[in-house]
Amino acid sequence: MTVLDTPPAVTATWTAVCRLDDLAPERGAAALVDGEQLALFRLVDDSVLAVQQQDPFCGAFVLSRGIVGTRHVADEVVPTVASPMHKQVFDLRTGACLDPVGKAPVLGLAADLRTWPVRVVDGIVEVGGPAVSDGPAGGGA
Amino acid sequence: MTQHLVVVGGGMVAQRLVEAMRDRDADGRWRITVLAEEPRRPYDRVALTSYFSGRDADDLALGDASLWDDPLVSLRRDDKVVAIDRAARTVTTERGRTEPYDHLVLATGSSAWVPPIEGADLEGVFVYRTVDDVAALRGYVEQLKATKPVVRGAVLGGGLLGLEAAGALQALGAQATVLQVGTHLMSTQIDLGGGEALRRLINGLGVGVRLNAMTTRIRPHRRGGVGRLDMADGGRVDVDVVVVAAGVRPRDELARAADLVIGERGGVVVDDSCLSSDPHISAVGEVACIQGQCVGLVAPGYAMAEVAVDRLLGGAAQFPGADTATKLKLAGVDVASFGDAFGTTEGALEVVWADPVAGVYKKLVLSDDARTLLGGVLVGDASAYASLRPMLGRELPGDPAAFLLPEGGAGAPDLELPDDASVCSCNNVSAGTIRGAVTEHGCTDVGAVKACTKAGTSCGSCLPLVKKLVGTELAKQGITVSSALCEHFALSRAQLYDAIRVAGVTSFTEVVARFGTDLAGRGCDICKPAVASILATTAPAHVLEGERAALQDTNDHVMANLQKDGSYSVVPRIPGGEVTPEGLITIGEVAQEFGLYTKITGGQRIDLFGARIDQLPLIWQRLVDAGFESGHAYGKSLRTVKSCVGSTWCRFGVQDSVALAVLLELRYRGLRSPHKIKLGVSGCARECAEARGKDVGVIATDKGWNLYVGGNGGFTPRHARLLAEDLDTETLIRTIDRFLLYYVRTADRLQRTAPWVDEVEGGLEGVRAVVLDDSLGIAADLDAQMARHVEEYEDEWRATLEDPEKLRRFASFVNAPDTADPSLAYVPERGQARPATADERAAAERGEPVLVAGTTLEVRA
Repeated sequence: MTVLDTPPAVTATWTAVCRLDDLAPERGAAALVDGEQLALFRLVDDSVLAVQQQDPFCGAFVLSRGIVGTRHVADEVVPTVASPMHKQVFDLRTGACLDPVGKAPVLGLAADLRTWPVRVVDGIVEVGGPAVSDGPAGGGA
Repeated sequence: MTQHLVVVGGGMVAQRLVEAMRDRDADGRWRITVLAEEPRRPYDRVALTSYFSGRDADDLALGDASLWDDPLVSLRRDDKVVAIDRAARTVTTERGRTEPYDHLVLATGSSAWVPPIEGADLEGVFVYRTVDDVAALRGYVEQLKATKPVVRGAVLGGGLLGLEAAGALQALGAQATVLQVGTHLMSTQIDLGGGEALRRLINGLGVGVRLNAMTTRIRPHRRGGVGRLDMADGGRVDVDVVVVAAGVRPRDELARAADLVIGERGGVVVDDSCLSSDPHISAVGEVACIQGQCVGLVAPGYAMAEVAVDRLLGGAAQFPGADTATKLKLAGVDVASFGDAFGTTEGALEVVWADPVAGVYKKLVLSDDARTLLGGVLVGDASAYASLRPMLGRELPGDPAAFLLPEGGAGAPDLELPDDASVCSCNNVSAGTIRGAVTEHGCTDVGAVKACTKAGTSCGSCLPLVKKLVGTELAKQGITVSSALCEHFALSRAQLYDAIRVAGVTSFTEVVARFGTDLAGRGCDICKPAVASILATTAPAHVLEGERAALQDTNDHVMANLQKDGSYSVVPRIPGGEVTPEGLITIGEVAQEFGLYTKITGGQRIDLFGARIDQLPLIWQRLVDAGFESGHAYGKSLRTVKSCVGSTWCRFGVQDSVALAVLLELRYRGLRSPHKIKLGVSGCARECAEARGKDVGVIATDKGWNLYVGGNGGFTPRHARLLAEDLDTETLIRTIDRFLLYYVRTADRLQRTAPWVDEVEGGLEGVRAVVLDDSLGIAADLDAQMARHVEEYEDEWRATLEDPEKLRRFASFVNAPDTADPSLAYVPERGQARPATADERAAAERGEPVLVAGTTLEVRA
């Protein structure tokens, strides 16, 4: 895995979103970037990850309000968020849905989340754009 | 053609016989008429004593009531059979009805035997056999209590029934002394050593015991009723009420009159197929003299019922021999006896463990090679009963003494029961049947196995074993039955609660470090809220305090209820459902100003829907300013205390239910628990507050309050069951305090009180022992913990509004706190707003004329 706050080469621009201090540890916060709703998560090691704010399983824009945690996936400790609506679990680094809890996404949405590259420069959280992927295939790469 | 089966007697064994017949006679070959002397359906006579500890007669109901609605089953109550005409094959009842039969089953049971002593017919002398006996005794004692400060009761007979009667007298508030003719208590079941240990335990409960005490005469009091007992040794005992529990005699009078063969000591002689000397008449239960004896226990009766039914359906079942294992159900005292308890088998060896200080006596009877278990006696600690009894006649693995040592000692080896070992003797369920329920019928928990096999549904003493078997079987199938909370904690919620409380840790990081499975783990949506809930009562602090904020579900995190579109609903507390007009106006104004959909909840308060996360502090500022506080509708915590209007207004009310509801709601508000808790208070027995549908229900009586626990609505509705009667307000509150905290400490995550009461150690009786008799010695601790909760309660919304740091969590967007979530959309319906559906949103985007707007939607009246 690559280091989380290293920007992928394809990222053209960085948008400053907020201060790291504006984010509560191990919780999410919603952000508006270019008219899109993102969910930013500050982990215990002060790294920041970003995924889409919309929960694909209910359509509501709520993922930043989920519980942040970890899950063992193939010998690796993966940072996760659980949807506050119906507890689907997502890998915060790749956006991959790790547990759909027996449900399917609402029509027109993919189960896996979009991700954005994030870096923290001098205490400022910056989100890279345009988005690097539509899913886990290229996420975090 | 349908044949007619007539059953004489409406007791437990008759019920079982009808149940078995209807289960197995799929073609409807037999229609059944049950003729019962008592005016009620068959009830649980084994649990008769619990009728005193407060249950009503309905709670003694047996099995599935729909049995009696079966068109092939007819139950005639209050219509005793007075004669059998064997030639005509008819029976005649007291009301003059003549009922023809193709086959007749006598299940008349037995009656209490009253020894022929002078004065046995005096007023104030009772027997202990039926609900009516028990009700009469209760009425008499209560009448005496009205005029006497102390009511002295004596029980003649120190057997199983006598001890239960003594417990019952005590539960009624009378003094109780057991007079036993023989050398020790329960002499039919246990040996002298066990009897001695039992006497000390019974004394410890405050019940007097006199041994070698033969009563020769009962003398009247000069003002009527009984007054004194004369003893054979010349002594005297002053008494106000006497219960005779000197034994039972089979009710074989019908059979005698019909010239059936009767046993030497009474009872209808039957063969191993339960047939009497007349091939058209069987006898089952206590009236049957089978293999030379009448057995006064329910398990052999059930076995006979099964045999009789099998034979009627053409089977070849035989009575396997009476299982005379018994377990005494007197609160606080464990006694069990099984197999050859007296070591009468030739060459039998006895292994005894006695600890008079702890009040424990245990004995195993083994074959001459000290390997095969032949029987045993357990007094003071019968926890080994469930696993030992099925091992009767089998080799015990390892050192037999290991089974007798106290828990925490060397520990008994794990027993792998053979498939044919009987686990539930009440319902004759073998270990193999229980395993089959898991392996072949797909049961995945104890509840399903109980429903599938009936194991553990009668007396329940085998439940620990059933649980273990089910767990082992599931584990073999690779189904995880671990009680571990999640991948981050190997402990169950109850274990984690104890660990955190004892270790005194106060943060999630410490909890993970001390008790987590992996230091790198940072919890998940299962363990984090569970730890938050535990810490809330072990180390109370604000929900958003420090690291705790990261543990909360979104509901607790923003102190509102998440709705389907991502908006929230807001519920201010309205204690007891009592609200002023000014309060209502404030709520109305807030709803109007923020465009919230309003609805009255089931808990007698008002829910305001459609609030955006960024609006929550603004809404609450208004509500707090008007004197409202958080209603915790979002928390796994106390929700509401519902009440009827009570005696202040109601023509029928006997107590002020609203005042009590307000007091309780203010006492327990904010108490975090494994699941939501709801309370109810009714001002009279009409129960308008539906309190028995609550986790804790309080119903007013003329003398105080009755307390019910373990009710709920929802997916599996349950009526709360009576925990205690006629409590004064102070005792009531203390009892609820302890009940709630005992639940908070020991329940599983998301386990409501109803299943908790079923599964906690000892069931409802166990809960009663802990909260009323302090059997675990934790009452003072629970009281102190609740005192601290009440002391340290603060309104979490007020505290949030006073702290700018906490308010930052309510921004809509971290980089655009003044922009409302653009995804929210509403349409009007019945004069209020509701979330737009996907179709309505799509239509609006296509430019069709659909009224869609954000939460500040102007709604036309």
